[in-house]
Amino acid sequence: MTQKLVVIGAGMASGRALEQLLDAAPDAYEVTLINAEPRGNYNRIMLSPVLSGEKTYDEIVTHDDAWYAERGVTCRFGEAVSALDRDAKTVTLAGGDTLSYDKLLFGTGSNPFMIPLPGHDLEGVIAYRDLEDTERMMALGPDNRCVVIGGGLLGLEAAAGMAARGVDVTVIHIMGHLMERQLDEAAGYLLRKALIDKGITVKCSANSKEILGENGHVKALLLDDGTELPCDLLVMAVGIRPNVQLAKDAGLAVGKGIHVDDQMITSDPDVLAVGECVEHNGAIFGLVAPLYDQAKVVAKTLLGEDATFVQKSLSTKLKVTGCDLFSAGDFADGEGREDIVFRDPARGVYKRLVLENDRVVGAVFYGDTADSNWFFGLIQSGEDISEMRDTLIFGPAYQGGAALDPMAAVAALPLDAEICGCNGVSKGDIVAAINGGATDLGAVRALTKASSSCGTCTGLVEQVLGVTLGDDFVLPAAASICGCTDLTHEDVRRMIKSRELKSMAAVWQELGWKTTCGCHVCRPALNFYLLADWPLDYLDDPQSRFINERRHANIQKDGTYSVVPRMWGGMTTPDELRAIADAAEKYNVPTVHVTGGQRIDLLGVRGEDLPAIWRDLNAAGMVSGHAYAKGLRTVKTCVGKDHCRFGTQDSTGLGIQLEKKLWGSWTPHKVKLGVSGCPRNCAEATCKDIGVICVDSGFQIGVAGAAGMDVKETERLADVTTEAEAIDMITAFMQLYRENAKYLDRPYKWVAKVGLDWVKEQVFDPETRAGLIARFELSQTIYQKDPWAEEAAKNADVYQPIADFKLEAAE
Amino acid sequence: MTGSPTDWIDIGALGDIPRRGSRVVKTAMGCVAVFRTGADEVFALENRCPHKGGPLSEGIVHGTSVTCPLHNWVFSLDSGQAQGADKGTVPTYPARIEAGRVLLDTTFLQARMAAE
Repeated sequence: MTQKLVVIGAGMASGRALEQLLDAAPDAYEVTLINAEPRGNYNRIMLSPVLSGEKTYDEIVTHDDAWYAERGVTCRFGEAVSALDRDAKTVTLAGGDTLSYDKLLFGTGSNPFMIPLPGHDLEGVIAYRDLEDTERMMALGPDNRCVVIGGGLLGLEAAAGMAARGVDVTVIHIMGHLMERQLDEAAGYLLRKALIDKGITVKCSANSKEILGENGHVKALLLDDGTELPCDLLVMAVGIRPNVQLAKDAGLAVGKGIHVDDQMITSDPDVLAVGECVEHNGAIFGLVAPLYDQAKVVAKTLLGEDATFVQKSLSTKLKVTGCDLFSAGDFADGEGREDIVFRDPARGVYKRLVLENDRVVGAVFYGDTADSNWFFGLIQSGEDISEMRDTLIFGPAYQGGAALDPMAAVAALPLDAEICGCNGVSKGDIVAAINGGATDLGAVRALTKASSSCGTCTGLVEQVLGVTLGDDFVLPAAASICGCTDLTHEDVRRMIKSRELKSMAAVWQELGWKTTCGCHVCRPALNFYLLADWPLDYLDDPQSRFINERRHANIQKDGTYSVVPRMWGGMTTPDELRAIADAAEKYNVPTVHVTGGQRIDLLGVRGEDLPAIWRDLNAAGMVSGHAYAKGLRTVKTCVGKDHCRFGTQDSTGLGIQLEKKLWGSWTPHKVKLGVSGCPRNCAEATCKDIGVICVDSGFQIGVAGAAGMDVKETERLADVTTEAEAIDMITAFMQLYRENAKYLDRPYKWVAKVGLDWVKEQVFDPETRAGLIARFELSQTIYQKDPWAEEAAKNADVYQPIADFKLEAAE
Repeated sequence: MTGSPTDWIDIGALGDIPRRGSRVVKTAMGCVAVFRTGADEVFALENRCPHKGGPLSEGIVHGTSVTCPLHNWVFSLDSGQAQGADKGTVPTYPARIEAGRVLLDTTFLQARMAAE
């Protein structure tokens, strides 16, 4: 019989509990999920990468609308619970609705602790807990100042995230060094130095006295010693307290948190609790790993199965890019405790082990955390390390004098070694998944959950894949652009924009390229990204273009070239045809071929003759057809109502207008358009990158078609009524494609990645569309020009040999 | 015609060769590609890829390598050897720079000119 389960709070713990419950027994419960935040479950830990710009909110959502719908979960988001009646077994929402339950699960999480300083309720004083807080911080930029009170994990992630956006950030910490719960003083000092290098001001042993305001808004923080720190936003990250008011009011047993037993049941047998709101054996929780363990127990308990929650030793990693920090166990000084410390300040490396009775009880690593999992294993196993004491600090590769091999540490890990701390996934779990068919990171993540929460163990998971699969697994070098970098196209595109990199040298320098000047894979890609994002600042580099774009002609197998003059919309004149025929004869062109793009191709032209043949074609009024370019190729048309009895609009006229507007622009890959005069579609517009079907009422614009190695029909972007609207919509789409796609992705591949819905959002919004069109037109002021004319005028000698000894020998 | 092995012939100004690019020297026995790297070094190689005869002078130059424009074989400009998994060698010829001019060794050039 299906029972009713009401869940209060859609945080990470309740999300995991629902996953476990509904996967195991989809029909056991009818679930209603209530959340005061106006959204569903998301990975709160990943708010820090969202703040720094490394991820978007959409990427951190763990359960979307489809997930809830598929499992029949009723969602009440943005509604708070105002009352709980345990006798009647009902929950009342703030809006007045009352829900009844058979079982109730509390997942109310924590409230951020707000220090009750005078001025703490001014506008602009926030905590760092949810998406709204994150967005407040993201709204700041290089002209703003922010003060963060709290130099712990969360405060430092907030500071680093804002500093990455150029904000002037000061961190205030009451204790003598940062992250004193996890770090000792020496490691705290190294961390402080790294943060200062990021432009963050750090003040330790600083006590806040008062928050000063003006017109109801924060203006500065006043410290005990009289220092005033002006700021536009003040973030308090000084700790969390379990959110227990509702439980308390309902008469449940509450101490620091809601009391639960080993089965996660509260003082009421029909009410369970999970996550940061609970207190178990006197302990409360702020890291995610134990919450996931609790979630498993909740699911089993609700299904009447045996399960016990056991607290385990924990490790933490700081999610600040560039600060490699790991700590685990108990590393306080004490009687009978000994230290082993490895220190290399010039390299920023600090490692400390705390031993007690020949066992490792604590570890703190800063700067080199590669072996952290192995040491954590030693803490958890409590094994005797006296045999390896003299080489212990150097890590697993040095125990027994084995040669240094990056994979050796992972290979040496026992199967019960924990790889993913957040989700409690061991090496053995991952190996089992691999042996069961998971051969890449995505599959391992889906099957085991490893690396799906905070993400810091991703490299380690990949190493386990490498060690288990051997040569069958390629560590994702394939995902990076080329051998010159570990970064992907998406990473580099994003950083060219966000860090304002306006030259190749800037990219190589700032992003740490491994070669002096790139290679034939990355240079053309970078050249495109730079000219697309910075058309006014970046100087196009011909030496970074493929041969065809450098010579403005397609190279053939024998080293000759093909020359294709533009025929706007597939229309020509007797004079143009005569000029083409004359050029073919004059330059002894062996082959004249009509292309699918509705123009004529002269094949077999010698490289040295290119400037001359161009001059002749230019003289007849023709320009380059860009048949060789990653740019606008052709706009294929059928004759519309000018001639055809079925034509509904002037398809040829529109095609020519589009070609005249878009020609000359460089794009991530070639772009081909088509405009058909009626739905009979004689111009084959429905398999083009952008295709228009004219109809009586206007123009149907489709995008993302393909007719090469893949064949795909276009998807409808929009229906418009006028030619001007059609041209605007298409121009905006072109610019969106230019600014966002990966080099060498045709539009159909790009739209598949970003989703047509997102594309529509961008081009339908009038302001965004206008901005896209303006940027396209700006780019065209630089790039819309006939390269043949330019080359013939300025560069003709480069097409000739630098020296010709055939002539001299003849003398 | 004869000349000692250390005779050099001036084929043009360094500035006439695009940086990270190449210009071609024509002889009766085919073309020689003269490359200029990003660091302003010069190298002279047969302008013919051992794979399918592609014009190496039209390839993208990176570091001291060039990628053939036809099928992306990569060659060291210094040794003429194909890199990576491809096997093949392009003949290389002595080249140097003096006072901003590019000089090629006359011995091989004259051998090419003499053969009709």
